[in-house]
This record gives sequence, structure tokens and C-alpha cells, in this order.
Amino acid sequence: MVAQNVVFGVLAAAMAVSAIGIVRTKNIMHAALFLVVVQAGGAGQFILLGAEFVAWVQVLVYIGAVIVLFLFGIMLTRDPMTAEESLDNDLKWPGAAAALLLAGLLATVLIDAFEKEEIELVAPTYTRAITNSIFRSYIIPFEIVGLLLLAALIGAVVLARRD
Amino acid sequence: MMTLALDLGWGSTLAIKTLVIMLLIPLGALIFGWVFLFKMMAHMQSRLGPMDSGGFHGWFQLIGDGIKFMQKEDIFPEKADRRVMALAPFVVLLSTFLVFLVIPAGPRIVVEPLDTGVFYALAVSSLSVIGVLMAGWASANKYALMSALRAAGQLIAYEVPLVLAVVGVVIQAGTMNLQGIVVAQQEGAIFGWDGIGHPFVLTQIVGFALFMIAAQAELTQPPFDMPVAESELVGGYMVEYSGFRFLLFFLGEFGTAFAFSALAATLFLGGWALPGVHGGTADALGPVVVLVKVMLVAFLMFWARFTYPRMREDQLQSLAWKWLIPLALVNILVTGALKVAF
Repeated sequence: MVAQNVVFGVLAAAMAVSAIGIVRTKNIMHAALFLVVVQAGGAGQFILLGAEFVAWVQVLVYIGAVIVLFLFGIMLTRDPMTAEESLDNDLKWPGAAAALLLAGLLATVLIDAFEKEEIELVAPTYTRAITNSIFRSYIIPFEIVGLLLLAALIGAVVLARRD
Repeated sequence: MMTLALDLGWGSTLAIKTLVIMLLIPLGALIFGWVFLFKMMAHMQSRLGPMDSGGFHGWFQLIGDGIKFMQKEDIFPEKADRRVMALAPFVVLLSTFLVFLVIPAGPRIVVEPLDTGVFYALAVSSLSVIGVLMAGWASANKYALMSALRAAGQLIAYEVPLVLAVVGVVIQAGTMNLQGIVVAQQEGAIFGWDGIGHPFVLTQIVGFALFMIAAQAELTQPPFDMPVAESELVGGYMVEYSGFRFLLFFLGEFGTAFAFSALAATLFLGGWALPGVHGGTADALGPVVVLVKVMLVAFLMFWARFTYPRMREDQLQSLAWKWLIPLALVNILVTGALKVAF
């Protein structure tokens, strides 16, 4: 348990520092690269919870595809090297206050709810169990989500086409 | 790792595992670079390649080149983003490093037999594109930027058929664990005949072809080498790198080729499995068997690399989206239907 707590602390600290980096940096490329660190930390947290499959989905989809598309878009549309002053403006103080308020609220609620209760870590979830629950118990919600995504995809193509 | 007679603590086990993988990348890159780049390519083009250094067919040439690169100055362009540019080769190498974690070389010789095995390997191999984008952008060079854009478009397009091609194998084996996939091929039978087990290359020949084509594109090797096209982009995202960091990209290129060959050998050729070899003997023979199969797969890969001319950017994209992905989906459907039927 101690080892998990230490690893959680290290990952959480790295994620928090990078998350602050995302909003503080004036270079939009750096912001996207900080986001990679945050996502990787998230994958690490999933592994700590024994959710191996979810962790690698996080790596494949978020780091391997979504952030790559971010970087791709930034490189296509922005002047690549110069920092932009508009990325760091006077709204940062209200922003910091809101973030602190939210952190305080969440911490209070969580501590109030669980106090000193230790949550037992369950054994790692195996992929077979996940697929069984998706394709047996939850097949209809799964298919509906698939249909929804397909509709969104077709909608995007229709909106983007000019002819 | 092999379970040795002596019981090591987790710290020393971790150190040994890390050391083994860290040695695997340069070793694999050296073997591939020398055998395929220096010798096979030369002979296919009716020339000898480097013959003098070290004696036997110039085997020392590549090591000498490596030493030369390490002596060179580490140069950054004036306007480059130094930190991102310095970090980029390590991101590429890290992604290769992580793939080797799950590739088994014997019943007990594997660093981490993860339950998600092949899915994990494909997920971490997709990290290298981040390193390529970092390198191309931070170099502050328009050729490098163009190259990074091309690489991103290409790697995203070919990631899809690469993952889909593997699904057929996973359906047949009933597991994503690479160790389980190897055992399924060793214990399996083709329509009741179990003389040679069941190497999935025989029943998943479409999946194998798709995997090899997509892997070729992921490695940005000809005929899919637009991101590094030396005649248009003068080497692409690597153009501003020199010395040690360029060497890291070179190691990354051939190390990743080694990793993908090892994945293909494990998924389709049965990895360490030999018909009728079990237990301790399989552990002893495993690494050699894997290496032979890896060299076989890599031979195919480099054969295509040295034979075909470069494709055009639009041809490359339409090949992926219009042919490979639909074919992979049909392959999954047919495999699933046959699995249910038999």
C-alpha cells in the first residue's frame, strides 16, 4: 500500500506541475506537450487502480491520436516558433482563484465522505472481463454509442464538404 | 526474465530487466543496420558495401560510424527550441524501448507478460510520432516542419490498419497476451492436423500482409518514406540534428524495425515456439528461434524497402483509407464468422 501511495504522490505532483504549465506557458506547442505529460500521468493512475486496459487506451487514443492531431493542427495554422502574449492575460488571477476554490471544495467533500477509511485495491481487471461485460451485459448501450459516433462522423463530413 | 535458481529482490530484477532491454535496442539496430543496410542492400544493387573495417565483410564499419557520431559536436540552430529539440530523440527511443517489454523469447523469458500484451505494444509504439513532431517543430526549419506534418498524417493513417490487422490474430488465439498467442500457435491445429502447430501466418495471411504494409509505413521506410524523403526534404525532421542525437534517431529507426519484426514474428510465425519443443529446452532454444524468425520477417521488410520507389502523398493516404482499412475490417468479420462457425 505504501508503494502505491508513493507512486500516486509522484504521478500526481508531475501531473499538477504540468497542468499548471499548460495554462502558464506562452507557447502553444509547449502547452500541448505539457498535456502529453498530464495524459501519461493519467494512464499511470489507471495502472495503479489495476485498470490496465483503460490505461493503454488512454495512451493509444489520447497521446497517440488526439494530441497528435492537436500538434498537427497547431503546426498547420500557427507561426510555429514565436510565443503569443495573448495566451497569458489578466484573467489568470480570477482563474487561479476559481481553481483554488474548486480544489478546496473537492478536498472538503472527499475528506468528509471517506475520512480515514482505507479503500481496498481490487485485483487487476482482466481484458476478458471487460470485453465480456461490454459485449454481453452492455451490448445495447455500446451499439448506441457506436451509432452516435457514426452520426457525428457523417455530420462532420457533411459540414466540411463544400460541393 | 528467466527464473533463475537464486532469488533476486525486486530492485535487482528491475535493474537486470532494464539493462537487458537497453542492450537489445542498440544490438538489434547494429545487426539490422549491418546485415540489411550494409550487406543485403549492397548485394541487391550489385556492389559490395563496406568491406575493410574489422576484417570479415567490414563488420566493424557500423560500430566505427557510431563512435564517429559520438565524437561530433551537438549543434542546435540559433532559433531552435533547444529543450524540446534535445528531448525529441529520447521520446522516439523510449517508445521503442517500451515495446520490447512484452515480447517473449521463451516460455519463461519475457520481461513483463502483460495481459493486454499486443494492445500495449501497439499503444506505446504510437508514442514515437510525438517525438517526430517535437523534432520537426523545434528544429525551426521549414523542411523539418513539412516532414513532421507528413509523418503525423502518415502515422495516424497507418496506425488504424496496424491495429485492425492484429485483431484477427487476437480472435483466433482468444487472448491479447503475447505469451498466450505463442502458446495458441504451438498447441493449435490446422483443421485437425497438428504436425507443425498452427502458425497464424497460414490462416491469417491477409492480416500478416496488412500488418507488414502498415508496419512499413509506421517505420517510414520506402515505399512510404515521404517524411524523410532525402531528395525533397533533405532528411526531414532529422535534418538539423548532428552527432549523438542523430545517432539516437538512427538507433530508433532500426531498433523500431527490430521491434516490429519481433512483433510480427510473435503474432504470425509463432515466436519462440518450435513444434514438439517444450519446457526448459524451449527456454534454451527460444531466443535463437525468435532471432531466426525476426530475421526472416525483417528480410521481407527490407526487401520491399530496397525494391520499391517512393509513393506520392495522396497515393499513400488513399491506400490506407480506401484499401487497407476496409480489407482489415472484412478480415475481422470473416475471422469472427469462421471462429463462431467452427
